[in-house]
Amino acid sequence: MKKNVSVFTLFLAMAGLSGITANASDSLTLAKPVVVVADADNAGLKLPAGFGALKVADGIGRARHIAVTAQGDVYVKLMRLADGKGIVRLRDTNGDGKAEDISSMGNYGGTGIAIKNGYLYASSDEEVFRYKLDAKGEVVSPLQPEKIIIGLINRRQHESKSITLDNNGNIYVNIGAYSNSCQERDRQPGSLGRMPCPILDSAGGIWQFKADKLNQTYGDGIRYATGLRNVVGLDWNNQMNQLFVMQHGRDDLHNLFPSLYTQQQNADLPAETMYALKKGDNAGWPYAYYDPFKNKKMLAPEYGGDGIKEGSQEYIDPVVAFPAHMAPNAMLFYTGSMFPAKYKNGAFIAFHGSWNRAPLPQEGYYVAFVPFENGKPGKWEIFANGFAGIEVVTGTRGAQHRPSGLAEGPDGSLYVADDAKGTIYRIVYTGK
Amino acid sequence: MKRILILSAAAFACMAFQTAPKKPLPAKPAAVGSANSISASLQRGKQVYTTTCLACHQVDGGGVPHLNPPLDGATGVVSKDKTRLVRIVLKGLDERVELDGEYYSNNMAAHTDLSNQQIADVLTYIRNSWTNKADAVTVAEVKMIRAKIK
Repeated sequence: MKKNVSVFTLFLAMAGLSGITANASDSLTLAKPVVVVADADNAGLKLPAGFGALKVADGIGRARHIAVTAQGDVYVKLMRLADGKGIVRLRDTNGDGKAEDISSMGNYGGTGIAIKNGYLYASSDEEVFRYKLDAKGEVVSPLQPEKIIIGLINRRQHESKSITLDNNGNIYVNIGAYSNSCQERDRQPGSLGRMPCPILDSAGGIWQFKADKLNQTYGDGIRYATGLRNVVGLDWNNQMNQLFVMQHGRDDLHNLFPSLYTQQQNADLPAETMYALKKGDNAGWPYAYYDPFKNKKMLAPEYGGDGIKEGSQEYIDPVVAFPAHMAPNAMLFYTGSMFPAKYKNGAFIAFHGSWNRAPLPQEGYYVAFVPFENGKPGKWEIFANGFAGIEVVTGTRGAQHRPSGLAEGPDGSLYVADDAKGTIYRIVYTGK
Repeated sequence: MKRILILSAAAFACMAFQTAPKKPLPAKPAAVGSANSISASLQRGKQVYTTTCLACHQVDGGGVPHLNPPLDGATGVVSKDKTRLVRIVLKGLDERVELDGEYYSNNMAAHTDLSNQQIADVLTYIRNSWTNKADAVTVAEVKMIRAKIK
């Protein structure tokens, strides 16, 4: 009874309030449509001139990858369940850029999410699901996804299954190596590499599956590319009609082989690498790593390397080499028209931020941009910075926000997801 | 798995208590500067930490979210169960274990190369650094536990 009374009172109060605000907002809406306005502090980000940013939502959970429908709904994949759900939908109902309508679905945590040809695809750390979208971009049956890939290996380390799709009915799934460098004993100082590395049979590469076939597993897929330690950020480049991936390079050269590498080299090697992949490519992990100062593939110390011996030439070269350990967690080729021309067809990279440069200061925690001209990358630059909220990150825990997902909205806005505080940012261009 | 770990840790702890001679409670503070004074142990422990632990557990003991567990503020680190701590140092950890409500992806290497003194020092250091406050781990304790888990 008590409850009924208080609910009724609340109802009265709300009815009264909404009466007033509805009138006010109605007249506002009629007079002038609400437009997306950047937050006064650009959501705490440092951006190039002419750009602004706002927080679409905050504190929604461990937001990994994101995808935006043609209608502007943002779907966020959560690494761990929040209130029992692993996919969050953010809807801006009044056009101001902020999500007023937040709902969730899916009972699995994970990283991957993508929209293609009327389906929403999402991954757990072992499976890939898809949901039919209707003409309005709404998920038709949130409780009944189709399971298209099952049984992928998950041994804790590098467990996330990132996904992207081509224009030919295929889906590409990263299966990260459950190891740092395929040592006999993982991360044990001095332990040598296993030869051949048995992990590569079922992980340490990109697998290709059909986008529409149910219950596929390893036997149904193709190991599209191998020798990739862990790819979290990947995207299909429609201009080149080619798969591009960002690898998380190996850790601990000095910590594992202190007589061969200095602490400074431990922090600076190897490069975080972007590869343009062709079917059958081998990027060299665990046998080789890429040295961005020598611009060479070097033999890994677990396999007889000493920082001087080069690795095999059978491995592909990266198309871009970034500083070490910055952890590229998302990649997006920008195809929109909102941003200035130089951004068209270029790649945005979300760097999650380093931890194993320690004891030297950590790096990353920003979104970088690589211009592309005729399919060839130019010089990369920092695009959006300030996510960490502090000038120097000494311990990774100190970073307030960590970029982990990227998506392009139908108007050409760039969305960035943060998996530390669960903030979704929207970056818009307002300059002339 | 977690239960097994806890059970085995408890079993080890029981064995340790059974065989441990009843010793008088914390003797007078050791003389400053002697090999086993707390401050000397902390200093040596910091060196071991810097060389062996810092890369993963970070300079602030905060670990790396979802990858390497924090030591600062971790209930397991300041726990009375020193056996489990010594065991993790000596055996490493490569299983999915929930720690204060979180899971961590990276494996920890075994550090059998550390001496009993080094393990006592580094555990005393991590139990008394950042916001942690707990009693020291002695060489005798490490020696006894090491003998049990070999």
